[in-house]
This record gives sequence, C-alpha cells and structure tokens, in this order.
Amino acid sequence: MFPPDAFRSGAGTSRERSVMTASQETVFLQGHIIDSLILAKVLDTILMMGGTFDLQDVTIGATREAPSQARIVVRASSGRLLAEILRAIQPHGAAIEREADCRFEPAPATGVFPEQFYATTHLSTQIRLDGEWVEVEGMEMDLGICVDPAKARARTVPMGAVAAGDLIVTGREGIRVTPLARPVERDVFGFMESVVSSERPHHPVIADIAQRMQKLREWHRQGRAGAKVLFAGGPAIVHAGGREALAWLIESGYIQVLFCGNALAAHDMEAALYGTSLGYGLTAGRSVPHGHEHHLRTINRIRTIGSIEQAVRSGVITGGIMAACVRCDVKLVMAGTIRDDGPLPGVLTDSMAAQQAMRAEIPGVGLALLVASTLHAIATGNLLPATVPTVCVDVNPAVPTKLADRGSFQAVGLVMDAASFLTELARELGWRP
Amino acid sequence: MSRLLVCPPDYFQIDYEINPWMRRENGVDPARAVRQWQALMVVLEQDVGVGVERMQPVQGLPDLVFTANAGVVVGRRALVSRFRHPERQREETHFARWFRERGYEVLTLDPSLYFEGAGDLLGFPDTWFGGYRQRSDIRAFPKLSEIFEREIIPLELIDSRFYHLDTCFCPLSGGDLLYLPSAFDSYGRAAIAERVPEDRRLAVPEEEALRFACNAVCVGKQVVIPAGCPFTTKLLEDRGYRTHSVQLDEFMKSGGAAKCLTLALD
Repeated sequence: MFPPDAFRSGAGTSRERSVMTASQETVFLQGHIIDSLILAKVLDTILMMGGTFDLQDVTIGATREAPSQARIVVRASSGRLLAEILRAIQPHGAAIEREADCRFEPAPATGVFPEQFYATTHLSTQIRLDGEWVEVEGMEMDLGICVDPAKARARTVPMGAVAAGDLIVTGREGIRVTPLARPVERDVFGFMESVVSSERPHHPVIADIAQRMQKLREWHRQGRAGAKVLFAGGPAIVHAGGREALAWLIESGYIQVLFCGNALAAHDMEAALYGTSLGYGLTAGRSVPHGHEHHLRTINRIRTIGSIEQAVRSGVITGGIMAACVRCDVKLVMAGTIRDDGPLPGVLTDSMAAQQAMRAEIPGVGLALLVASTLHAIATGNLLPATVPTVCVDVNPAVPTKLADRGSFQAVGLVMDAASFLTELARELGWRP
Repeated sequence: MSRLLVCPPDYFQIDYEINPWMRRENGVDPARAVRQWQALMVVLEQDVGVGVERMQPVQGLPDLVFTANAGVVVGRRALVSRFRHPERQREETHFARWFRERGYEVLTLDPSLYFEGAGDLLGFPDTWFGGYRQRSDIRAFPKLSEIFEREIIPLELIDSRFYHLDTCFCPLSGGDLLYLPSAFDSYGRAAIAERVPEDRRLAVPEEEALRFACNAVCVGKQVVIPAGCPFTTKLLEDRGYRTHSVQLDEFMKSGGAAKCLTLALD
C-alpha cells in the first residue's frame, strides 16, 4: 500500500510529537457547575495533578435553573498521568466524550477517494485506530488520510496519488484536530493575529524575521531538525531590484530551499548575462534595444548548455540567485506554467509532479518566506502544516490576506514591495552592499 | 398538613456492611429499635402534627425503614432512587410500587446514574443541594434539575462517615442551615457560603454530627433531632425553633436517624 520508505521521512519528529499529543482527552461537564465551583474544582484538579487543559465551548445557563456546560480538553505529559487525571475528575461529572475508532474504506479506483473521504486541515491531526490515537504523518491541508491498520500508522495522501484499494479515512468520527498552541516565542509570530495591513510598520516585523533566520541558520549548522528556511518567490524580485539581496541571503546560508517558476530563474540569469530584466536595463532603468529578446536568448543558452547547474559550474552564469543556489547546494524546485517560454531545463511542466517535488522538500522546514508570487505563495502555503511560521510579502494585499486567513497564528502578512523587503531583511542580517 | 412516608422496622437489622457505621457484630436490638421508632412516630404525629403514611415492611430488606432514600417527591411526581449498592437496589421496586399505587407519576433515571433520593437531595425552595461521590452520581443532578426545574448545587461528600448529604446538611424552614462544615471541601463550603448567608449557617460540632445532629426533621419551626446533641439543640432553640429529642441509637448502628427514617411527601 505504501512505498517501502513512505514513512521514513521525518518519522523521528512525528513519533516524538505523537508521544506528546497522544495524551489528551476531551471531557464534558454539565449541570450547575459554575456556582457549585465544580468546574473550578475539576480545572484545579487537572492543574494540581500536573496536567493542562483547554476550556472549550463553555455555555452558561441563561437562568438560575438552567444548567451550564463545558467541554474541556485535558492534556498530560504521559498516557498514565492522563489516565490518573481522568480517574480523579470523573467522579465530579467529567465524562469522556463518546469516542469511536475512525472509519475507513478502500479507494474505489486509482486517483479516486471514497465518496465520504475525510479532507484534512493543515493542523496536527490524530485518528483513532483500534482504540489508540495515531498521529497522521505529513500533515497538509486538502488531502485524504491513508491508514495502514496493521502497522497502526496513518499519513496524508493527495487525491491524485491514491491507489485503488488504499484504505482512506471517511466520515468525521475518530478524528481529532489539535488547535495550534500560541508559540512560546515573544516575537512577531508569537503575537501574530493574522492582521495584514499596508499601514503596519514593517521594520519591527522584518527585524523579528531576521532574528528567527539567524537562529535557524545556527540550528541548521548544528544539524538540528526543522531548521530549514524555505523561500518561494516570483520574478518581480528581479524586476524590482531584490536580486542581489536574495543572492546574498542564499550565499550567507539563510535559505535552504527555493521554490520558483521559470520566470524568476530566467530573469535572474538574463540579468547575469545581459544586465537586464525582461529587457529593461537594471541599472539604467530603461529598455535596451532588442531587450525583449534577452530572456529568450538566456533560456536558449541554458537549454544549449543543458542545465542551470552546468551553466553556473562552467562559468557562464557567474552571479545572482541561481548561481547562489548552485554554489550553496540549495534545493531548487521550479514549477512551470502555461505561459512559460522555453522552459528552462529543470522546470517541471507536469504540475502534479511539481507539487510532489515541492511536497518532498517540506519536511524539516522551520520558516517559509513567500515573496512576490501569488501562484507560488498559495501553492506553498497549501503544502505547509500550520505549525510552520510563514511570512507572505506582496504589494497586493490579497495574497497575504488569503494566506493569513488559513487560520494560523504563525502567518505574518506584509504588504510591501519585494525588493524593499529583501533589502531590508538582508541589511538586518548584515548585508553591506 | 405535611405528610411523611415511613416504614416500620419489623425486619430492620444489620445484614450487610455498606457504610462505616454498619458492623454485623454490632447487632440491632429489635425490640428496642421498634420502641425507638414508635416513639419517633408519636413525636411526629402528636407533637409535631404531621401525617404519616406507613408502607409495608418487607422481609429481607432491612434498610427499607430508611424511606428518605426511596426517591424524591415533588407534587404528584415521584422520582425513584437508583441505589449504588446491590443490597439496597432490591428496595427500588417496592418504593416504585408504593408511589404508583398511590397515584404518583413515577419517574426513574438512567439505571447507570446512582441517585439515593432525599438522602442526597435537600434544599430550600429555590436552591437544592445534591450530595455526591459517596452514593449518588453527580451526573444525576443535571437530569433532576431539568425534571424539577430547580437549581441543584452539587456538593462533594468527602468523609465516608457522612455518606449521604442528610447526614451532614439540614436545611431548615426559614432559611437556616444546620451543617457540618468539615464534611465538605473548600469548594463545597464556598458554594454553600455563596447561597446561605453567614448568619443563617449553623455549624454543628463534629461530635454531635457523629450523633446525627444534622439528620433532623424540620417541619415549620419544629425540629425532631436525635438525642445527645445539646449544643445543636441550644443552637436551634436560640433561633426560635422548638426541638424534640428522640433516642434513635439503634438506627445509628446502620448509619441513619430521624431524617433517614422519613420521606417528605409534600
């Protein structure tokens, strides 16, 4: 059902997470629980025993006779402690919500989910298999969940990748989604309220992002997991003059993964070969004779050489974003579109293959910067679990708004020009052009 | 006129041990128990002036005498108890039949919800209190609250000697409350304080609570209280209540006294 190493990537971290979050249970309390201090007693008991709780759906009775209700998510560091806490609070009326195993059905055909398939969110999710809560691996929104009951494992699966007979979770029973806890860091991500405003002062936000990147680079150098920085960007970066700053960030080891399309790479290398971007002289700021041909000639040149890597290694492309990626061994995924010229060698023109290639680079990402590209920003945003802090920068407020609306505490939207953002970010990190 | 349901102690004895008071070797003196019960009836009927409905005792059900645990009666509706201990579960059908034969609408809770009647549900006209943890299940109270449209404040009973609310908590007419504070935890005491003002709360000393001072029957300004509780008796008389002391030590061997031996019918 699964490829042999389908579970191998990130298995360590996901296992650890499952140990942490498996110990939670939702209980329901009702009656005159407020004035009797029964609710207070239950909550105090949870805390005194070393557990934590989330109080959900508290309904206070409208009249003195009407009962109140509370739904409480109880969490503990171990299953044993959780069981002790539940034993202690049950006599006070805290009833464990009726729980059932999740249901699943075989996929009726390759590339087709069962009719009632469960569609994922980007939040940490567990399913109940044979009485045990199992962490779903590879969390991503808008996918299905494929289970292997024999191994008690579950992982997300895109619709297009499902094979006939794969067991796919259906319905809503036996599935629980863990809301994102507010991050402990007291930076812009910790305080993030998903506000996107062009009036918002940019500097403190950029300073916080820089601080995060500094920390992640250090962690990455120490070989720690979850320290990769993902950058997804559009060609406006080159047009607007952010190319040098981005190349510097890559060369300085602040970025490990780059998602882009044909255009960013083409215009970056056009700039390297001709000093223009879509025919405009980057320094003179005006169109040069036959400049509109430059990007085509660039693409043709790279196609002649065979690959971007070869073009860099052979000294044809000496500077810029692509050169930095090749020199610094940055994972580059280029996804093509129907308006592409060429395209450049390495551009994935099968969009499902491109999505799969992008997905493969997500594990280990600890920060995502989505800059000046609606297409790549939204595509990347859809692939990211909610736990990854995400920064979306665009002159068009619609793009960061769309990403911030995904319900993540950790999505920061900045309405600003790509070059200004990158320049300011690089300066904050020590770039002195 | 108030009416109380009682059951003569013809078969009363210690057949089993389901609370810390009951010890089989501490046997009941049947004749003495009957005399004490008769004396209680005289006080209730003649001194206090209430009507008494006697139900038929049943051989093999020694605790049927404790009619407070039959259920709870409001108007013409009787909600019959569901006992925690199997020894007493056999009483349920007898109580249910008695209510049904007298035209009460008989209600029951889900059998998984233990609820031991007026022994664990007491109160003032607006607010009721429910004792839980020892016998009744706290989850019964939201259902009772819905059925009888009353606020019910659950109180955890933390001392197994005071296993029913009526062993440590006695609301009196006029809004006073006789109670043993140490039978409740700080949450329970705070909840009581929230509903009953300080000058209305009459704390019973533990030694008298252990002589069932709180297991009293209050009708109007008259209170029938087990003998041997001088402090509590004085407390009540200072408040203008008229007290009637009755010796009920044979029943205390089983963990009950005046209140446990009666159920208010209206």
